[in-house]
Amino acid sequence: MKKLSKNTLNGFINYALVVVLFIVFQILASAKVLNNSMTGLLIPICCYVVMALSLNLVVGFSGELSLGHAGFMSVGAFGGVVMSTYLSNAITIAPLRLVVAVMFGALFAAAAGVLIGVPVLRLRGDYLAIVTLAFGEIIKNIMNCMYIGRDSKGLHFSLTDEASLNMEAGGVTIVNGPMGALKIAKISTFASGIVLILITLFIIQNLVNSRAGRAIAGIRDNRIAAEACGVPITKYKLMAFVTSAAMAGAAGALYGLNYSTIVPKKFDFNTSILILVFVVLGGIGNLRGSIIAAIVLTALPEALRQFQDYRMLVYAIVLILVMILTNNEKAASFISGMVKKIKAPKKEAKA
Amino acid sequence: MVSYLINGISLGAIYAIIALGYTMVYGIAKMLNFAHGDVIMVGGYMAYCSVSYLGWSPAAAVIFAMAVCTILGITIEKLAYKPLRDASSLAVLITAIGVSYFLQNAALLIFSSNPKVFPNLFSDMFTIKVGEATVTSVAVVTILSCIIIMVALTLFTSKTKMGKAMRAVSEDRGAATLMGINVNSTISVTFAIGSGLAAIAGVLLCSAYPTLMPTTGAMPGIKAFTAAVFGGIGSIPGAMLGGILLGVIEIFAKAYISTQLSDAIVFAVLIIVLIVKPTGLLGKKLTEKV
Repeated sequence: MKKLSKNTLNGFINYALVVVLFIVFQILASAKVLNNSMTGLLIPICCYVVMALSLNLVVGFSGELSLGHAGFMSVGAFGGVVMSTYLSNAITIAPLRLVVAVMFGALFAAAAGVLIGVPVLRLRGDYLAIVTLAFGEIIKNIMNCMYIGRDSKGLHFSLTDEASLNMEAGGVTIVNGPMGALKIAKISTFASGIVLILITLFIIQNLVNSRAGRAIAGIRDNRIAAEACGVPITKYKLMAFVTSAAMAGAAGALYGLNYSTIVPKKFDFNTSILILVFVVLGGIGNLRGSIIAAIVLTALPEALRQFQDYRMLVYAIVLILVMILTNNEKAASFISGMVKKIKAPKKEAKA
Repeated sequence: MVSYLINGISLGAIYAIIALGYTMVYGIAKMLNFAHGDVIMVGGYMAYCSVSYLGWSPAAAVIFAMAVCTILGITIEKLAYKPLRDASSLAVLITAIGVSYFLQNAALLIFSSNPKVFPNLFSDMFTIKVGEATVTSVAVVTILSCIIIMVALTLFTSKTKMGKAMRAVSEDRGAATLMGINVNSTISVTFAIGSGLAAIAGVLLCSAYPTLMPTTGAMPGIKAFTAAVFGGIGSIPGAMLGGILLGVIEIFAKAYISTQLSDAIVFAVLIIVLIVKPTGLLGKKLTEKV
């Protein structure tokens, strides 16, 4: 058998991890080990995993700090929900409609990604971060006063209020400004979430290990050197940014179709930050880390229920402690020292 | 028109005071202190408690809030940021977010999520009429304190020994250490000043917009951060200019274009400015060594 390269092997471990997690959670859910609120978290966890993976493409592999990732999720969620409701008569099979809605979510978010990426990627460092933040806020703000309705003639859009949609009698308002999208048909499933994670992993792993991926990493490590070698900077940066946006949009669509109502406020700065926390805690540029961090940190507040009111406080303290323990040299050497001490006696025993 | 302008300047002055905290910390510690907005909230609550429960005078309340926030700022810096002095900027950023969550949730536990109505500390002092527009005393106090802070900070950074040390640390931390400057204490003083300013901003913000909640500081924090970048982060006059421009743009956008879209317009202006001038209005041009 041909020996697998390290990257390919790593990729397969990631796929296997996701599949194993799917089976484990599926068994746990059907054996009623998980309580209702935990089972309800399964699909959102899938969405957050995809969000974390896609943000890792920008932060880890492209090296740009993006603080507006929830904006793409928002575009994808509302795009997907609108398409799903619009096509509810045309496509009656729910899984097929879900696939189409998720694809449209990704498409809308990719369009937003191009629109935002072209000006944003001219900037660098903290200035780039603040502009992505600004775009995230702009998307939230626009979504907050977006009205979309549907009647027999098709879709109607308005940015002022519900009345100005000019719909015929019997028209349905799909997105109602700050109240968000109402009466969504819940068609997301846990299995579809897992499939989306696998597709995302497939896209990112293949992109990273391709010629384009090496160009992206080259730009991250030394922009000037990459440019001197004839790597088109803007093209590759935009490629990573738009791919990431599209996947975030797909995750958003899946997320939106899991609830009966979603509000634009859900996808605010705090959500962007939450996803960034997943990426940083999981390890920048480490896909498996992103998956695990997203699962653990989404489930953690739920697992901390016993602390009741203190759970978010505990969450904050855990976050700070983990960051200090993993990034402080003294703490790191202390921990490795402890590990050695624990391991050392065992070795002696063996000898 | 005149009243919109004055409202805008007074809102902008609050943003400017908050932005000063962001910009000083960024300039010296090279970190985005996302917990800054929540220090504002703590300042607001401290002033609220001392006026409503203890019946203190406004001046005493402001001083109390400043003292608490200054100590809080130094404590946060010592406990959370100092261990990460040599870590990557992203790690520090996430820690700052952790601190921000901590402050918000601690406030949630202590003061509950019900909004508190902040007593207007400067309401019955005076009102000035400019033509047809009435200027509230809050606006006057805000603008005056902004000017005083600006002058004091400029004098502090240019004349005093500590101020010079701050500028040296922001210029080159390694060289400053070699020159015998105590970098750690300089950073602590920066946090102390930034947090003290945040307390003042908190009192002024809550006097002008009198609802106080654990999340009160979040949005002004983001806006002020935007203002700091707008003016060129790391630059004190830049923060001032950025803050005031942002406030004026926001009020005018609310008055003439759309209330709901005002935030989008503010951020759109920021993006346009950054595209034309990538380091902000008064920012230093970055030179890159190959």
